[in-house]
Amino acid sequence: MKNQSLDDKTLNELREIAGRYPEKRSGLLPMLHLVQSAQGKVTPEAIEACADILDISAAEVSGVATFYTMYKRHAVGDFHVGVCTNTLCAVMGGDAIFDRLKEHLDIGNDEVAEQRQGDQYSVSLEHVECNAACDYAPVVMVNWEFMDNQTPEGAVQMVEALRAGHDVRSTRGPRLCTWREAERVLAGFPDGRVDEGPAAGPASLAGLALARENGWKAPDVAAVPAVEAPKEGQADA
Amino acid sequence: MPDTLTPVLTDMWDVDRAWTLPAYEAKGGYQSLDKAFAMKQDDVIAAVKDSGLRGRGGAGFPTGMKWSFIPQDNPRPKYLVVNADESEPGTCKDIPLMMGNPHVLVEGVIVSSYAIRANKAFIYIRGEVLHVIRRVQAAVAEAYAAGHLGTNIHGSGYDLDVVVHAGAGAYICGEETALLEGLEGRRGQPRLRPPFPAVAGLYASPTVINNVESIASVPSIITNGAKWFASMGTEKSKGFGIFSLSGHVQKPGQYEAPLGITLRELLDLAGGIREGHDLKFWTPGGSSTPLLTAEHLDVPLDFEGVGAAGSMLGTRALQIFDETVCVVRAVLRWTEFYKHESCGKCTPCREGTWWLVQTLARLEKGQGTEADLDLLLDQCDNILGRSFCALGDGATSPISSSIQYFRDEYLAHLTHGGCPFDPARSTVFGSASTVEVSA
Ligand SMILES: Cc1cc2nc3c(=O)[nH]c(=O)nc-3n(C[C@H](O)[C@H](O)[C@H](O)COP(=O)(O)O)c2cc1C
Ligand code: SF4
Ligand code: FES
Repeated sequence: MKNQSLDDKTLNELREIAGRYPEKRSGLLPMLHLVQSAQGKVTPEAIEACADILDISAAEVSGVATFYTMYKRHAVGDFHVGVCTNTLCAVMGGDAIFDRLKEHLDIGNDEVAEQRQGDQYSVSLEHVECNAACDYAPVVMVNWEFMDNQTPEGAVQMVEALRAGHDVRSTRGPRLCTWREAERVLAGFPDGRVDEGPAAGPASLAGLALARENGWKAPDVAAVPAVEAPKEGQADA
Repeated sequence: MPDTLTPVLTDMWDVDRAWTLPAYEAKGGYQSLDKAFAMKQDDVIAAVKDSGLRGRGGAGFPTGMKWSFIPQDNPRPKYLVVNADESEPGTCKDIPLMMGNPHVLVEGVIVSSYAIRANKAFIYIRGEVLHVIRRVQAAVAEAYAAGHLGTNIHGSGYDLDVVVHAGAGAYICGEETALLEGLEGRRGQPRLRPPFPAVAGLYASPTVINNVESIASVPSIITNGAKWFASMGTEKSKGFGIFSLSGHVQKPGQYEAPLGITLRELLDLAGGIREGHDLKFWTPGGSSTPLLTAEHLDVPLDFEGVGAAGSMLGTRALQIFDETVCVVRAVLRWTEFYKHESCGKCTPCREGTWWLVQTLARLEKGQGTEADLDLLLDQCDNILGRSFCALGDGATSPISSSIQYFRDEYLAHLTHGGCPFDPARSTVFGSASTVEVSA
């Protein structure tokens, strides 16, 4: 992947991030997300640039960049596929999905699959820890968007659709953007996709649907003894 | 007696465009602001104290009491930091809450910051949840545009700025002092306490750190009153909470109920264990809380009840495993997680988790001897209570509890010369995992 140097726009945005905080060093995590968006990984040049802006040493920046798993020292694919293999997802099928993808893409953990002739995009693979979506197990993340309730065969079809350049939607979110575009949002620069996707997936709504069916609500404020007169009940919807 | 389920935080989730300000305000959103601003800050703290709200991030510390520890005579700025790192295995409530109802969190941030006299608040969200981060960023922007954030909010004279901060992948940053390190742009390694964050937290200033669900519960307490909140739940565990069911249940998902509901009741709501199978073991509050079994179906899921059963309520992350699951495999995988996530600061955890994985992996392969079980317990002894933070303690929970309840299953690996279970039977797609059609 070509590694263009950081342009003025990016350098200004890095300074802007640092300026959000009472002490500028607090900007380091989002700044590293931004440099990944600009360069596809954390480069030595980016480490110097962050150090320079924050008045800390390059070694300090480097120490931070190596601590957090989302920062990459080598390039990942346009679509970075993370299979949850923490216990619950693993048991529900995550291990089988991860094995199937490794075999299909012919790569190991944390590697980029070959971009074949005709592939529009590259994909990379890693196994991830619990991504707070266990009620949708087994879960796969693509560029940190949820792909809920996956199967080995469905995951293979998904990575093929991504390589071919087809639109793929998160099951609980928007049309997938590239990894670099995602990193930009994490740096605090919204991309306008916020209104895509649902408010909640089906599992999130399991309890609420039952409550609606049965007419269950939080207590009516008026029914709670000796309470200051409220303006309006909160649960009367 | 409140209803079986009491949707308050989840009540927005089935609303059209629930994440937007108009939808939230149409349901009464941001009502608590004027009510709070008309109160003295200490009265807001008192209301939260009276409600009995206890931290929803795992430890259950009384929220109002935590706020009252902020030394108001300290001239430094005060900060509120929301812990939205949600990474404890099994825990999956804050993420859907921020996706479906981000404004209730923003409203809670405003009232809570007002109470502790903070003019700057941070929402630290784990980085691996892109769409959730979009939703919270947008909610904050909408709140500014509507005058719920910024200067002189609602003409009250109170100013508040909120920064949404994305983490970068590190379970340990859920630990509150490691989170502060991350927020200061450093490696996420826990700090020595005391001083506690209330005295010297972010930038060595007085800081309150609360879980997403704790902060999101505050608006309803202010709007409806402390007594309303306390009319739900049990004597020492008041209010409602989101219970997250995952694994081998018919209808996994989020169930918002008064604290004290039992797993038996929740399983009834969720349609029971998956067809043709039986409950084997479960976590009440994430992988760091000791496993329970079918004999604990009627334990009240509140802080005291689960504690009395030898575990912890934690984050109400109920991971349910049926009889097809090998407990040794499950525990080994969690232990590998703790080893990977150990921040390396202290020896008992850094070295101990490594040894635990070695010993467990050997047992899982059917190698080793019965004496390895005692070795494991001995290793746990050297970690529990000797680690610098609770990550190390948590790492021992699945091991010691699984040996307590399933010693024979460990031994079966030795007599069988390996794992006697077929992992394909536990999957949602069954044993024909390589030939089934896509979902
Ligand atoms: C290893 C570890 C991970 C934690 N992860 C989280 C987390 O993701 N979210 C959270 O709110 N609390 C987490 N906690 C608990 C926090 O340290 C802290 O107790 C909590 O945020 C306080 O908020 P509360 O009082 O509102 O619960 C974690 C603790 C430990 C030891
Ligand atoms: S217990 Fe583990 S995570 Fe906590 S400080 Fe020690 S090494 Fe780090
Ligand atoms: S275990 Fe996979 S999302 Fe929680």
